[in-house]
Amino acid sequence: MKLLNHTLSYLSVILLFVIGLWAGIFYINMIDEIHDSIDDGLDNSKQLIIRKALVDSQTLTKQFFHERNYKVKEITAQQAKGYTDTYIDSTLFMENEQDYEPVRILKTVFMAGNGRYYQLDIVSSMVEEDDLIEDLFYALLWLYGIILATVLVVNNLLLRKIWKPFYQLLDKLGKFRLGSNDSFQPPATRVLEFNRLNDSLEALIAHTKETYAGQKQFIENAAHELQTPLAVSISKLELLAENEAATEEQLTEIGAVMETLQRMKRLNKNLLLLAKIESGQFPEEESVSINNVVKDVIPMLEDMAAHKGVEMAIVEEAELVVNMNPSLAEVLVTNLIKNAIVHNTAGGVVDVVTNASGFSVKNTATGHALDAGHIFERFYKNGSSKNTTGLGLAIVKSIATHYGYTVSYSYANAHVFIVQMK
Amino acid sequence: MKVLVVEDEDDLREVIIRSLQKENFVVEAAADYDTAMEKLYTYEYDCILLDIMLPGGSGLKILEQLRQEKEEYHVIIISAKDSVDDKVKGLDLGADDYLVKPFHLAELSARVKSLVRRKKMNGDNIIQFNNLSIDTVSRCLHVSGQEVSLNRKEYDVLLYFVLNKNRVINKTSLAEHVWGDHTDQSDNYEFIYSQVKNLRKKLKDAGAEAEIQAIYGIGYKLTGVETA
Repeated sequence: MKLLNHTLSYLSVILLFVIGLWAGIFYINMIDEIHDSIDDGLDNSKQLIIRKALVDSQTLTKQFFHERNYKVKEITAQQAKGYTDTYIDSTLFMENEQDYEPVRILKTVFMAGNGRYYQLDIVSSMVEEDDLIEDLFYALLWLYGIILATVLVVNNLLLRKIWKPFYQLLDKLGKFRLGSNDSFQPPATRVLEFNRLNDSLEALIAHTKETYAGQKQFIENAAHELQTPLAVSISKLELLAENEAATEEQLTEIGAVMETLQRMKRLNKNLLLLAKIESGQFPEEESVSINNVVKDVIPMLEDMAAHKGVEMAIVEEAELVVNMNPSLAEVLVTNLIKNAIVHNTAGGVVDVVTNASGFSVKNTATGHALDAGHIFERFYKNGSSKNTTGLGLAIVKSIATHYGYTVSYSYANAHVFIVQMK
Repeated sequence: MKVLVVEDEDDLREVIIRSLQKENFVVEAAADYDTAMEKLYTYEYDCILLDIMLPGGSGLKILEQLRQEKEEYHVIIISAKDSVDDKVKGLDLGADDYLVKPFHLAELSARVKSLVRRKKMNGDNIIQFNNLSIDTVSRCLHVSGQEVSLNRKEYDVLLYFVLNKNRVINKTSLAEHVWGDHTDQSDNYEFIYSQVKNLRKKLKDAGAEAEIQAIYGIGYKLTGVETA
């Protein structure tokens, strides 16, 4: 749920209670005021009627309401004694409505000119409470609805405008990738909190970038520093192997150590390459024909493929020319094709297809689909091939990312890697 | 043959010296700019292996000095920097070759020998080993005067072996020299085996006084043999 509507949902519940409470208090006060006003009217009528009764004895004979709003009934002095004015709520049959309607009645006692006591009932029409409640209810329902609608509109127009920098920031954060070269520029705003958020994020990102760059630099330096000791170790072993006195057993041991060191050297070399790609150390770009790169790479890998009993085929659907570093183009193509040879079955095939927007490398599958989510990760190895570094596809991915290409894997009875370059 | 190794890294310098001594070169060494300059002023060398990053000054500066002072000099730059700029600069300053560190000793030997032969033998392009003679221009092999046809890879393998005769050559070094850097991700170098096997058979059939020995777990070695 969006932040704006989130507030609204809380507000709608709170408003319901507030308006309900307010309606109750308002209703009690209003009814009180109405009673007060009617009672004043009744009191006034009482004085007028009593004054009239003193001069007009006819008045004393009106024993029923009929067309008037009062009735008079003679009572004994005994009954009149201690009588106080009382207001009561009752109902009376109304001719116009053909129904009993609520009325307010004032019961009082007076002594007429003849010295007798009379009870006087004065009636006044009251508001119909159920009607009043109903009217009030509908009015408040409207009010509630209008308030919510207003808030919704205000939220979506005004608040949306106010929160715009926030949403822009969210968009930018969503697109931000560590390791990409674009700088993080938070949207300008006059809102204090947003500015603080911007500042905090900028500081956080700057720090993270610094750490990341430091890590990358470290990997690169470490790989670079390891090169010579590794090469020297291998060279020393080579010299040792030339020792005439070495036995076959010793030579085999030396060979095993050398093999391990060679693997380490390969690993190191690939790590260095990866670090260099990621820190943009291949700036030279020129227009490169991928078709030609494929045609150059295939013969170099032919012996390896032949040894595995793998057939390679090139299909050129169109000429593919891209602007990139020629060495990286070669690494990209080589790694994919080599991968297709190494993870092939005896008698399998490798098909390299170039078209106008990219190229694909397809190889005979050894059974099931690979884990597409992980194969491009560093050191991810499928199976137990101990002589692969687990960096070949990571390098492919890194080169693709560097140039904004997409590289994808799919499985259709064969492993298919597609590099979309345009 | 005298070679000067200008390299500041002790371990690396030491293995280079030992390896070149095995090839019967007279090797001298310098670990920094000043020592190198001193030696270069005092002695003549057939080949100079020059590191670029040196204490006391750049190897490129040494090259500049050489160009001004000497008529003839043969330099192979050995640099840790795999940058096109440095390579171009070095070759422009008169270096003959450029080798990126780290390298295989066999590769270095082959480069040094090729260079020395190219420059010293005044265009003699025939390499002789017992009854084998390799023409490096027409890329042909003759055994006792009879031509033996080799494919491109077999020729490259043989030349590398002959330039490193009696030395142990490891499989990686051979693979990288002949098949290029691309091989460094492959399962293993078994595919080399078939090429070597074919070459070995051709040499034997032609009655060559040379044999490619397999060195267990490491690689190969070319040695001379007496034919009956």
